[in-house]
Amino acid sequence: MTIATLEQPPAEAAAIESFTVTFLIRRFDPDVDTEPRWQDFDVEMYATDRVLDALHKIKWEQDGSLTFRRSCAHGICGSDAMRINGRNRLACKTLIKDLDISKPIYVEAIKGLPLEKDLVVDMEPFFASYREVQPFLIANSQPEPGKERVQSIAKREIFDDTTKCILCAACTSSCPVFWTDGQYFGPAAIVNAHRFIFDSRDDAASVRLDILNDKEGVWRCRTTFNCTDACPRGIEVTKAIAEVKQAIMRGKP
Amino acid sequence: MTAIEAPRTPVRPAPKRGINWEKWGWIYMRASGVVLIVLIFTHLFVNLMVGDGVKAIDFGFVGGKWAHPFWQWWDVAMLWLALIHGANGMRTLVNDYTNPGLVQKALKGALFIATAALIVLGTLVVFTFDPCPAGSPADLLPSFCSAV
Repeated sequence: MTIATLEQPPAEAAAIESFTVTFLIRRFDPDVDTEPRWQDFDVEMYATDRVLDALHKIKWEQDGSLTFRRSCAHGICGSDAMRINGRNRLACKTLIKDLDISKPIYVEAIKGLPLEKDLVVDMEPFFASYREVQPFLIANSQPEPGKERVQSIAKREIFDDTTKCILCAACTSSCPVFWTDGQYFGPAAIVNAHRFIFDSRDDAASVRLDILNDKEGVWRCRTTFNCTDACPRGIEVTKAIAEVKQAIMRGKP
Repeated sequence: MTAIEAPRTPVRPAPKRGINWEKWGWIYMRASGVVLIVLIFTHLFVNLMVGDGVKAIDFGFVGGKWAHPFWQWWDVAMLWLALIHGANGMRTLVNDYTNPGLVQKALKGALFIATAALIVLGTLVVFTFDPCPAGSPADLLPSFCSAV
Protein backbone atom coordinates (compact mmCIF):
# COMPACT_ATOMS: atom_id res chain seq x y z
CA MET A 1 0.00 0.00 0.00
CA THR A 2 1.28 3.39 -0.80
CA ILE A 3 0.04 6.91 -0.48
CA ALA A 4 2.54 8.18 -2.98
CA THR A 5 -0.18 9.40 -5.33
CA LEU A 6 -1.43 11.77 -2.64
CA GLU A 7 1.99 13.32 -2.27
CA GLN A 8 2.08 14.32 -5.92
CA PRO A 9 0.62 17.80 -6.20
CA PRO A 10 -1.50 18.43 -9.26
CA ALA A 11 0.74 19.57 -12.12
CA GLU A 12 -1.01 22.92 -12.61
CA ALA A 13 -0.69 23.86 -8.93
CA ALA A 14 3.02 24.38 -9.35
CA ALA A 15 2.40 27.29 -11.68
CA ILE A 16 0.60 29.35 -9.09
CA GLU A 17 2.78 32.07 -7.60
CA SER A 18 3.39 31.97 -3.87
CA PHE A 19 4.66 34.68 -1.54
CA THR A 20 6.59 34.78 1.70
CA VAL A 21 4.39 36.61 4.16
CA THR A 22 5.57 37.80 7.55
CA PHE A 23 3.14 37.43 10.43
CA LEU A 24 3.62 39.23 13.72
CA ILE A 25 1.59 37.36 16.30
CA ARG A 26 0.93 38.56 19.81
CA ARG A 27 1.88 35.61 21.97
CA PHE A 28 1.05 35.09 25.59
CA ASP A 29 1.74 31.96 27.59
CA PRO A 30 0.33 32.43 31.11
CA ASP A 31 2.77 29.82 32.49
CA VAL A 32 5.86 31.67 31.27
CA ASP A 33 5.05 35.26 30.29
CA THR A 34 4.01 38.11 32.51
CA GLU A 35 3.31 40.34 29.50
CA PRO A 36 2.24 39.48 25.96
CA ARG A 37 5.04 39.63 23.38
CA TRP A 38 5.14 39.89 19.60
CA GLN A 39 6.71 37.02 17.66
CA ASP A 40 7.29 36.96 13.91
CA PHE A 41 6.83 34.02 11.55
CA ASP A 42 7.58 33.78 7.82
CA VAL A 43 5.05 31.67 5.96
CA GLU A 44 4.86 30.67 2.30
CA MET A 45 1.35 31.59 1.14
CA TYR A 46 -0.79 31.74 -1.96
CA ALA A 47 -2.92 34.80 -2.66
CA THR A 48 -6.07 32.73 -2.18
CA ASP A 49 -4.99 31.42 1.21
CA ARG A 50 -6.59 32.76 4.35
CA VAL A 51 -5.02 34.03 7.54
CA LEU A 52 -6.31 30.87 9.20
CA ASP A 53 -4.22 28.80 6.77
CA ALA A 54 -1.16 30.76 7.85
CA LEU A 55 -1.93 30.06 11.50
CA HIS A 56 -2.33 26.38 10.67
CA LYS A 57 1.01 26.34 8.83
CA ILE A 58 2.73 28.01 11.77
CA LYS A 59 1.17 25.62 14.27
CA TRP A 60 1.80 22.50 12.19
CA GLU A 61 5.21 23.29 10.75
CA GLN A 62 6.93 25.92 12.91
CA ASP A 63 5.63 26.27 16.45
CA GLY A 64 3.15 23.76 17.81
CA SER A 65 2.51 25.85 20.89
CA LEU A 66 0.63 28.55 18.99
CA THR A 67 -2.88 28.54 20.43
CA PHE A 68 -6.02 29.75 18.71
CA ARG A 69 -9.65 28.72 18.32
CA ARG A 70 -11.19 27.51 15.12
CA SER A 71 -13.89 25.00 14.41
CA CYS A 72 -15.61 25.01 11.05
CA ALA A 73 -13.03 27.20 9.29
CA HIS A 74 -15.71 28.47 6.91
CA GLY A 75 -17.05 31.57 8.60
CA ILE A 76 -20.08 30.05 10.31
CA CYS A 77 -19.05 28.82 13.74
CA GLY A 78 -17.65 32.15 14.86
CA SER A 79 -14.74 30.82 16.87
CA ASP A 80 -11.77 32.45 15.12
CA ALA A 81 -12.50 36.15 15.48
CA MET A 82 -9.21 37.97 15.96
CA ARG A 83 -7.63 41.35 15.44
CA ILE A 84 -5.89 41.31 12.06
CA ASN A 85 -3.93 44.47 11.20
CA GLY A 86 -5.89 46.29 13.91
CA ARG A 87 -9.33 45.27 12.68
CA ASN A 88 -11.55 42.54 14.07
CA ARG A 89 -11.94 39.88 11.40
CA LEU A 90 -12.55 36.16 11.13
CA ALA A 91 -9.23 34.52 10.30
CA CYS A 92 -11.07 32.05 8.06
CA LYS A 93 -12.64 34.81 5.95
CA THR A 94 -9.60 37.06 5.55
CA LEU A 95 -7.75 36.32 2.32
CA ILE A 96 -4.05 37.04 1.90
CA LYS A 97 -4.75 38.88 -1.37
CA ASP A 98 -6.82 41.44 0.53
CA LEU A 99 -3.93 42.30 2.85
CA ASP A 100 -0.81 44.35 2.16
CA ILE A 101 1.87 41.65 2.29
CA SER A 102 4.71 44.10 1.69
CA LYS A 103 4.42 44.76 5.42
CA PRO A 104 4.08 42.26 8.27
CA ILE A 105 0.54 41.20 9.10
CA TYR A 106 -0.30 41.79 12.74
CA VAL A 107 -2.48 39.15 14.39
CA GLU A 108 -3.62 39.43 18.00
CA ALA A 109 -6.49 38.33 20.21
CA ILE A 110 -9.67 40.39 20.30
CA LYS A 111 -9.61 43.16 22.90
CA GLY A 112 -11.76 43.84 25.93
CA LEU A 113 -12.02 40.20 27.07
CA PRO A 114 -9.54 38.51 29.44
CA LEU A 115 -6.60 37.06 27.51
CA GLU A 116 -6.05 33.40 28.28
CA LYS A 117 -3.34 32.24 25.88
CA ASP A 118 -2.00 33.56 22.55
CA LEU A 119 -5.15 34.25 20.50
CA VAL A 120 -7.61 32.71 22.94
CA VAL A 121 -9.69 34.92 25.22
CA ASP A 122 -12.20 34.14 27.94
CA MET A 123 -15.57 34.55 26.22
CA GLU A 124 -17.62 34.19 29.40
CA PRO A 125 -18.31 37.94 29.99
CA PHE A 126 -19.49 38.11 26.36
CA PHE A 127 -21.87 35.17 26.74
CA ALA A 128 -23.02 36.42 30.16
CA SER A 129 -24.38 39.63 28.64
CA TYR A 130 -25.82 37.58 25.76
CA ARG A 131 -27.76 35.46 28.26
CA GLU A 132 -28.98 38.55 30.08
CA VAL A 133 -31.15 39.70 27.16
CA GLN A 134 -33.05 36.37 27.19
CA PRO A 135 -32.21 35.34 23.64
CA PHE A 136 -34.97 32.78 23.18
CA LEU A 137 -38.57 32.85 22.00
CA ILE A 138 -41.00 33.76 24.78
CA ALA A 139 -44.53 33.25 23.44
CA ASN A 140 -47.63 33.33 25.60
CA SER A 141 -50.07 32.56 22.82
CA GLN A 142 -50.91 29.04 21.67
CA PRO A 143 -50.76 28.41 17.95
CA GLU A 144 -53.75 26.67 16.41
CA PRO A 145 -53.52 22.92 17.13
CA GLY A 146 -51.37 21.28 14.52
CA LYS A 147 -50.28 24.62 13.03
CA GLU A 148 -47.16 26.70 13.35
CA ARG A 149 -47.15 30.37 14.34
CA VAL A 150 -47.74 32.21 11.09
CA GLN A 151 -45.59 35.21 10.20
CA SER A 152 -45.80 37.26 7.05
CA ILE A 153 -42.76 37.78 4.86
CA ALA A 154 -42.82 41.50 5.64
CA LYS A 155 -42.80 40.88 9.40
CA ARG A 156 -39.93 38.42 9.07
CA GLU A 157 -37.99 40.96 7.03
CA ILE A 158 -37.91 43.45 9.96
CA PHE A 159 -35.45 41.38 11.98
CA ASP A 160 -33.87 39.36 9.17
CA ASP A 161 -30.52 41.12 9.46
CA THR A 162 -30.02 40.30 13.13
CA THR A 163 -30.78 36.58 12.71
CA LYS A 164 -27.42 36.23 10.95
CA CYS A 165 -25.33 36.68 14.11
CA ILE A 166 -22.82 33.89 14.79
CA LEU A 167 -21.70 35.17 18.23
CA CYS A 168 -18.06 35.53 17.22
CA ALA A 169 -17.65 38.61 19.47
CA ALA A 170 -15.94 40.59 16.69
CA CYS A 171 -18.39 43.47 17.17
CA THR A 172 -18.44 43.56 20.96
CA SER A 173 -14.67 43.39 21.21
CA SER A 174 -14.28 46.24 18.68
CA CYS A 175 -16.52 48.57 20.70
CA PRO A 176 -14.61 51.31 22.56
CA VAL A 177 -17.39 51.56 25.13
CA PHE A 178 -17.06 47.83 25.89
CA TRP A 179 -13.28 48.23 26.28
CA THR A 180 -13.68 50.72 29.12
CA ASP A 181 -15.09 48.75 32.02
CA GLY A 182 -16.82 45.79 30.38
CA GLN A 183 -20.14 46.67 32.00
CA TYR A 184 -21.84 47.69 28.74
CA PHE A 185 -24.00 44.97 27.20
CA GLY A 186 -22.11 45.22 23.94
CA PRO A 187 -23.36 45.19 20.34
CA ALA A 188 -23.77 41.41 20.05
CA ALA A 189 -26.17 41.15 23.00
CA ILE A 190 -28.23 44.04 21.63
CA VAL A 191 -28.29 42.49 18.15
CA ASN A 192 -29.63 39.25 19.61
CA ALA A 193 -32.19 41.12 21.70
CA HIS A 194 -33.22 42.97 18.53
CA ARG A 195 -33.81 39.63 16.82
CA PHE A 196 -36.53 38.77 19.36
CA ILE A 197 -37.83 42.25 20.18
CA PHE A 198 -38.92 42.73 16.57
CA ASP A 199 -40.19 39.18 16.11
CA SER A 200 -44.00 39.31 15.85
CA ARG A 201 -44.28 35.82 17.40
CA ASP A 202 -42.48 36.89 20.57
CA ASP A 203 -44.38 38.38 23.51
CA ALA A 204 -41.55 39.51 25.79
CA ALA A 205 -40.31 42.55 23.87
CA SER A 206 -41.12 44.85 26.79
CA VAL A 207 -39.06 42.69 29.15
CA ARG A 208 -36.02 42.92 26.86
CA LEU A 209 -36.52 46.63 26.24
CA ASP A 210 -36.59 47.11 30.03
CA ILE A 211 -33.33 45.18 30.36
CA LEU A 212 -31.65 47.26 27.64
CA ASN A 213 -33.00 50.53 29.08
CA ASP A 214 -30.40 50.04 31.80
CA LYS A 215 -27.64 52.48 32.75
CA GLU A 216 -25.26 50.14 30.91
CA GLY A 217 -27.73 49.42 28.13
CA VAL A 218 -28.24 50.87 24.67
CA TRP A 219 -27.75 54.48 25.79
CA ARG A 220 -24.03 53.98 26.20
CA CYS A 221 -23.76 53.33 22.46
CA ARG A 222 -22.54 56.45 20.72
CA THR A 223 -22.55 55.22 17.15
CA THR A 224 -18.85 54.71 16.55
CA PHE A 225 -19.75 52.16 13.83
CA ASN A 226 -16.79 49.94 14.81
CA CYS A 227 -19.22 47.06 15.25
CA THR A 228 -20.78 47.45 11.80
CA ASP A 229 -17.29 47.49 10.30
CA ALA A 230 -16.20 44.44 12.28
CA CYS A 231 -19.20 42.16 11.67
CA PRO A 232 -18.10 39.26 9.44
CA ARG A 233 -21.75 38.59 8.58
CA GLY A 234 -22.38 42.11 7.35
CA ILE A 235 -25.03 42.84 9.96
CA GLU A 236 -25.79 46.55 10.24
CA VAL A 237 -25.17 46.44 13.98
CA THR A 238 -25.27 50.16 14.70
CA LYS A 239 -28.57 50.44 12.84
CA ALA A 240 -30.01 47.60 14.91
CA ILE A 241 -28.94 49.33 18.12
CA ALA A 242 -30.53 52.57 16.90
CA GLU A 243 -33.77 50.68 16.22
CA VAL A 244 -33.74 49.33 19.77
CA LYS A 245 -33.23 52.88 21.10
CA GLN A 246 -36.23 54.03 19.05
CA ALA A 247 -38.29 51.12 20.37
CA ILE A 248 -37.42 51.99 23.97
CA MET A 249 -38.50 55.60 23.39
CA ARG A 250 -41.76 54.42 21.81
CA GLY A 251 -42.20 51.89 24.59
CA LYS A 252 -42.96 49.11 22.09
CA PRO A 253 -41.24 47.52 19.06
CA MET B 1 -31.35 20.92 48.57
CA THR B 2 -30.82 24.26 46.94
CA ALA B 3 -33.59 25.66 44.81
CA ILE B 4 -32.73 26.11 41.18
CA GLU B 5 -33.32 29.62 39.87
CA ALA B 6 -36.16 29.99 37.43
CA PRO B 7 -34.65 30.05 33.94
CA ARG B 8 -36.04 33.49 33.15
CA THR B 9 -34.84 35.19 36.31
CA PRO B 10 -33.16 38.41 35.19
CA VAL B 11 -29.42 38.43 35.85
CA ARG B 12 -29.31 42.11 36.73
CA PRO B 13 -31.99 43.44 39.06
CA ALA B 14 -34.72 45.22 37.16
CA PRO B 15 -33.92 48.90 36.69
CA LYS B 16 -35.18 51.08 39.51
CA ARG B 17 -38.31 53.06 38.82
CA GLY B 18 -37.53 56.72 38.39
CA ILE B 19 -35.67 58.87 35.94
CA ASN B 20 -33.25 57.04 33.66
CA TRP B 21 -30.53 59.68 33.43
CA GLU B 22 -28.52 57.77 30.85
CA LYS B 23 -31.54 57.78 28.54
CA TRP B 24 -32.39 61.44 29.04
CA GLY B 25 -28.72 62.33 28.66
CA TRP B 26 -28.72 60.60 25.30
CA ILE B 27 -31.92 62.33 24.20
CA TYR B 28 -30.56 65.68 25.42
CA MET B 29 -27.42 65.27 23.30
CA ARG B 30 -29.51 64.70 20.17
CA ALA B 31 -32.02 67.47 20.83
CA SER B 32 -29.53 70.11 21.97
CA GLY B 33 -27.25 69.25 19.06
CA VAL B 34 -29.95 70.05 16.52
CA VAL B 35 -30.94 73.30 18.28
CA LEU B 36 -27.30 74.34 18.65
CA ILE B 37 -26.67 74.02 14.93
CA VAL B 38 -29.35 76.66 14.31
CA LEU B 39 -28.31 78.89 17.23
CA ILE B 40 -24.58 78.82 16.51
CA PHE B 41 -24.72 79.29 12.75
CA THR B 42 -27.22 82.13 13.04
CA HIS B 43 -24.97 83.66 15.71
CA LEU B 44 -21.95 83.40 13.42
CA PHE B 45 -23.89 84.77 10.44
CA VAL B 46 -25.25 87.78 12.34
CA ASN B 47 -21.94 88.61 13.97
CA LEU B 48 -19.53 88.01 11.11
CA MET B 49 -21.38 88.48 7.82
CA VAL B 50 -24.31 90.87 8.22
CA GLY B 51 -23.61 94.61 7.78
CA ASP B 52 -19.95 95.55 8.34
CA GLY B 53 -19.11 91.93 9.05
CA VAL B 54 -16.28 90.98 11.35
CA LYS B 55 -14.97 94.59 11.54
CA ALA B 56 -18.10 95.69 13.39
CA ILE B 57 -17.34 93.58 16.46
CA ASP B 58 -16.21 95.64 19.43
CA PHE B 59 -17.35 96.46 22.95
CA GLY B 60 -20.16 98.61 21.65
CA PHE B 61 -21.39 95.90 19.27
CA VAL B 62 -21.70 93.35 22.08
CA GLY B 63 -23.25 95.95 24.38
CA GLY B 64 -25.75 96.85 21.68
CA LYS B 65 -26.73 93.24 21.14
CA TRP B 66 -27.28 92.63 24.83
CA ALA B 67 -29.53 95.65 25.02
CA HIS B 68 -32.20 93.55 23.27
CA PRO B 69 -33.95 90.80 25.28
CA PHE B 70 -34.03 88.74 22.06
CA TRP B 71 -30.24 88.46 21.84
CA GLN B 72 -29.96 88.09 25.60
CA TRP B 73 -32.15 84.99 25.47
CA TRP B 74 -30.44 83.78 22.32
CA ASP B 75 -27.00 83.91 23.94
CA VAL B 76 -28.23 82.43 27.21
CA ALA B 77 -29.82 79.55 25.32
CA MET B 78 -26.53 78.95 23.51
CA LEU B 79 -24.62 79.13 26.78
CA TRP B 80 -26.78 76.63 28.63
CA LEU B 81 -27.27 74.17 25.77
CA ALA B 82 -23.63 74.19 24.66
CA LEU B 83 -22.10 73.97 28.14
CA ILE B 84 -24.33 71.13 29.27
CA HIS B 85 -23.84 69.38 25.91
CA GLY B 86 -20.06 69.71 26.24
CA ALA B 87 -20.00 68.73 29.90
CA ASN B 88 -22.07 65.63 29.20
CA GLY B 89 -19.64 64.69 26.43
CA MET B 90 -16.74 65.17 28.82
CA ARG B 91 -18.54 62.98 31.35
CA THR B 92 -18.62 60.23 28.73
CA LEU B 93 -14.87 60.64 28.25
CA VAL B 94 -14.31 60.41 32.00
CA ASN B 95 -16.37 57.22 32.05
CA ASP B 96 -14.23 55.88 29.22
CA TYR B 97 -10.80 56.63 30.61
CA THR B 98 -11.18 56.09 34.36
CA ASN B 99 -12.37 53.21 36.50
CA PRO B 100 -15.16 53.73 38.99
CA GLY B 101 -13.67 55.16 42.15
CA LEU B 102 -12.36 58.30 43.75
CA VAL B 103 -10.57 59.70 40.67
CA GLN B 104 -13.69 59.35 38.56
CA LYS B 105 -15.82 61.02 41.21
CA ALA B 106 -13.32 63.87 41.56
CA LEU B 107 -13.16 64.46 37.79
CA LYS B 108 -16.93 64.45 37.46
CA GLY B 109 -17.21 66.79 40.44
CA ALA B 110 -14.69 69.20 38.91
CA LEU B 111 -16.57 69.04 35.63
CA PHE B 112 -19.84 69.86 37.37
CA ILE B 113 -18.38 72.77 39.32
CA ALA B 114 -16.75 74.27 36.22
CA THR B 115 -19.94 73.94 34.19
CA ALA B 116 -22.18 75.32 36.93
CA ALA B 117 -19.86 78.27 37.56
CA LEU B 118 -19.67 79.17 33.87
CA ILE B 119 -23.44 78.90 33.44
CA VAL B 120 -24.21 81.01 36.50
CA LEU B 121 -21.62 83.68 35.72
CA GLY B 122 -22.50 83.77 32.03
CA THR B 123 -26.22 84.09 32.71
CA LEU B 124 -25.56 86.80 35.27
CA VAL B 125 -23.40 88.79 32.85
CA VAL B 126 -25.83 88.56 29.94
CA PHE B 127 -28.82 89.76 31.94
CA THR B 128 -27.11 92.39 34.09
CA PHE B 129 -24.70 93.77 31.49
CA ASP B 130 -24.62 97.56 31.43
CA PRO B 131 -22.04 99.16 29.13
CA CYS B 132 -22.43 102.54 30.84
CA PRO B 133 -22.75 101.94 34.60
CA ALA B 134 -24.01 105.05 36.37
CA GLY B 135 -21.54 106.94 38.51
CA SER B 136 -18.37 105.63 36.84
CA PRO B 137 -15.56 108.01 35.94
CA ALA B 138 -15.99 109.14 32.33
CA ASP B 139 -12.45 108.19 31.23
CA LEU B 140 -13.21 104.50 31.94
CA LEU B 141 -16.41 104.45 29.87
CA PRO B 142 -16.63 103.82 26.13
CA SER B 143 -17.05 106.90 23.99
CA PHE B 144 -20.70 106.26 23.06
CA CYS B 145 -21.84 106.52 26.68
CA SER B 146 -21.87 110.32 26.54
CA ALA B 147 -24.36 110.13 23.71
CA VAL B 148 -26.78 107.94 25.69
